[in-house]
Amino acid sequence: MNSLAGLAPYLVLIAAGFLPNEVWRMLGILVAHGLDESSELVVWVRAVATALLAGVVAKIILFPPGGLADVHLALRLLAIAVGFAAFLLMRRSVLAGVLAGEAVLILGAWLAG
Amino acid sequence: MFSLVLIGTYLGVGALAHDYGFSLWWALLSTLLVWAAPAQVILLSALGAGATPLEAALAVALSGVRLLPMVVSLLALIKRPGTRARDLVLPAHLTAVSMWVESLRLLPTVPRPQRIAFSNGLGTGFIVAAHGGTLIGFYLAASLPALLTAGLLFLTPMSFLVSTARNSKLPVDRLALGLGLVVGPLLAYRGVGLDLMWTGIIGGSGAYGVHRLRAALR
Repeated sequence: MNSLAGLAPYLVLIAAGFLPNEVWRMLGILVAHGLDESSELVVWVRAVATALLAGVVAKIILFPPGGLADVHLALRLLAIAVGFAAFLLMRRSVLAGVLAGEAVLILGAWLAG
Repeated sequence: MFSLVLIGTYLGVGALAHDYGFSLWWALLSTLLVWAAPAQVILLSALGAGATPLEAALAVALSGVRLLPMVVSLLALIKRPGTRARDLVLPAHLTAVSMWVESLRLLPTVPRPQRIAFSNGLGTGFIVAAHGGTLIGFYLAASLPALLTAGLLFLTPMSFLVSTARNSKLPVDRLALGLGLVVGPLLAYRGVGLDLMWTGIIGGSGAYGVHRLRAALR
């Protein structure tokens, strides 16, 4: 019984994480011809996935897990805004954006004590 | 350069897994089996916030759709007339943003008979690095002072935001990004069930509608 209970998170991982994700890769093999980057379906799919990712970002900032919840909401918002601004200013560099955002968050939290 | 961002992202995944109360083995296995940081973060944050497995599966499935066109365009580059489908399973599984971007950049210089092996090698390198990131992130979150743990957890939203913005080259993608940032919090604050899934569908379809409208007006 105990070993079954221990397996439960792994079954959830396979059912809710692996299968719903992997099915698209396998479908990709099946339809390896006929779809191109600019087809309308692909444009819509990409827009939905992009909006979903944006939703994930917003959710982690607004309802953060564990240690990030100790940082004040205003500072979390400021850090992500500064990181995004740095990304835009530094010729769309992902690394510059991440470093700037992290610097603001950590320095800000340290100053706030 | 790309592997730096990849490892940073997976440090965040490992740290998230730790702070949401998952085991290290679970976190590593999710990197191996899911191998898509967005899907893993959706899974972690949905299950960690008490969503049912079905709700989590729907949100993961919705985020995974974007893998389909990526796999299709990668396979078009590495396939030859006689290639067996089972030889494409591994490159398809290894397809993730990091591997896909670098494959599409490097493959044109590789002779076609060697491209499957090349993609597998590249993808394996990335996935091994990602396991290292997951492992280190998990232990750092357990042992670092609170201040740095917060910084580690912040890696995920920060790197997702800028790398998604970087991949959004068309106006429709940028609009979808902006709409998702607005719609997501609205739905979450109102306590709507399946909020991530609806954020994707509403934000993405809204952006797509504007895209069609503009095309029609042109």
